[in-house]
Amino acid sequence: MLRVNDIIDRLGLETKVKGDMDAEVTGCYISDLLSDVMANSKGGELWITLQTHPNIVAVAVIKGISGIIITNGRLPENDTIKKAEAEKITIVTTQHTTFDIAGLLYNIIKNVK
Amino acid sequence: MSRMRDIVDVIEGSFQLVGGDFTNAGTASGELRTVLLKANVQQDITRRAAIAAFEAEMNVIIHAVAGTFHYVINREFVRITITDMGPGIEDIELAMQEGYSTAPDWVREMGWGAGMGLPNIKKNADALKIDSVIGEGTTLEITIHRKR
Repeated sequence: MLRVNDIIDRLGLETKVKGDMDAEVTGCYISDLLSDVMANSKGGELWITLQTHPNIVAVAVIKGISGIIITNGRLPENDTIKKAEAEKITIVTTQHTTFDIAGLLYNIIKNVK
Repeated sequence: MSRMRDIVDVIEGSFQLVGGDFTNAGTASGELRTVLLKANVQQDITRRAAIAAFEAEMNVIIHAVAGTFHYVINREFVRITITDMGPGIEDIELAMQEGYSTAPDWVREMGWGAGMGLPNIKKNADALKIDSVIGEGTTLEITIHRKR
């Protein structure tokens, strides 16, 4: 079983907000369209996105997302951080592009399954 | 514990929605989700209600000046009624088509306005009623049955 903590360590992600770091990661969904994430992501998945505004937290809460990975060196807005702290949603960032981090994450998840 | 909960027949709640208030978007739907989880409503029903409610809430925040969000949970169904003071929907059939949106560019840059809102609501609802008057506003009534 993969936990949020394991993934952060192995990918060298920078933690901005600590939610449930022991939550199980069941997979990953990638999209910058919030309604697409609402429709097609599954609970327990990590979500990779470029979006940084507070609505990503609301989407993560509604869908039971295990953590949000923001790519390309982008940083979550202050309101996003506040909301994520209140809702206990993990947010991490990386300098990698979405493609690169997805590739690295794919290998980790597929090797476990 | 579940017997105790059975005594409570109906749970209701209301929220005011403010158009353009993106920072607090999802508060009403998040609260509804919490209430459903606490009331031990089936996971699938809770998930569908939360998704439909959030999309409807976003529509008010994106398009309207203000609105009200009301929910009723009873033994039979979860019903969310959202009424807004907004522009109204000119062509409901068109608005129901996936990919059709009237949202401005800056809203699209946030990842909303992909024309998936109403279709997502319809997919997750057992019944969806839309009443809309141009220049006055729109009311959505979303019903999700708890029993098959």
